[in-house]
Amino acid sequence: MAYGFRRTITGRISCRLEEPERAVLADLVGQLIGMVAPESKPEDVDPLAAMVGIDMSATRPEDPAVARLFPDAYLDDPAASDDFRRYTQRSLRSTKQANAQVVLDSLANSGDKIVLSDGQVQAWLGTFNDLRLVLGTRLGVTDEGHVIPEDLGSDDATFGLHHIYDWLTYLQESLIQAMTGLISEPPPNVE
Amino acid sequence: MGARVWAWDYVVVGIAPIELDEPISDVDIAPEKPWVTLVWNDPVNLMSYVTYVFMTYFGYSKEKAQELMWDVHHEGRAVVSAGTREEMERDVTAMHSYGLWATMQKDD
Repeated sequence: MAYGFRRTITGRISCRLEEPERAVLADLVGQLIGMVAPESKPEDVDPLAAMVGIDMSATRPEDPAVARLFPDAYLDDPAASDDFRRYTQRSLRSTKQANAQVVLDSLANSGDKIVLSDGQVQAWLGTFNDLRLVLGTRLGVTDEGHVIPEDLGSDDATFGLHHIYDWLTYLQESLIQAMTGLISEPPPNVE
Repeated sequence: MGARVWAWDYVVVGIAPIELDEPISDVDIAPEKPWVTLVWNDPVNLMSYVTYVFMTYFGYSKEKAQELMWDVHHEGRAVVSAGTREEMERDVTAMHSYGLWATMQKDD
């Protein structure tokens, strides 16, 4: 049976995902790579600038889900935000792409039981978060306690995505708990 | 001119200049930390994750990280760090790499 992340007796982080679950996750992560991969083609980029992570053509992504992964750095200064992107977005994209690739590789090399090294744990954590940001934006999630709309029929195009979002939330939460013991508690009462 | 005497004293006793940040009044600190990084509330990032990021990146204690996380949650945003513009660019980039919604601004 599938279960979320836990710490094994030997201190490693592991989880159990059945083949269809691994296939869904690999599919999502593959799509994520398509979204975060650097936009400009290598031949269009000044190699020296690319080496230090500069991309003079970096702009605010048009797709809101991708834009959520690369937010404006300044609230009321689009010009400064654009400038910031030119110096940061390329390496951010590369980092997210590399994390996602680590997840794909560990899925490809694992059976039902997935055991992660410390480095892989960080990549999985970041990728879960990126996936949830993308899906959360697509689904218009506005509430932390995500509830699937009651009137949403199983034939609705987003029906499956809502369940996948909840599943990813469960996996990410279990991963953080296994790593750190932290859990998302309900807010304390504010006087 | 109090700050100059402080600085001179520290140099004489050989303590690293970074120690200057602590004892001097905020009149002296303000020009050195004119920028802040803000993290904004969003419905996707898990509370445990936000706490984890504040602990891991800033090195904050669990208590301080949770307090900041609650500030973000209840107030809609919180100042998570202060420093030079370059330092805040680094912090905002790091927050974005973790997927947190962060912005920087001059601390007026």
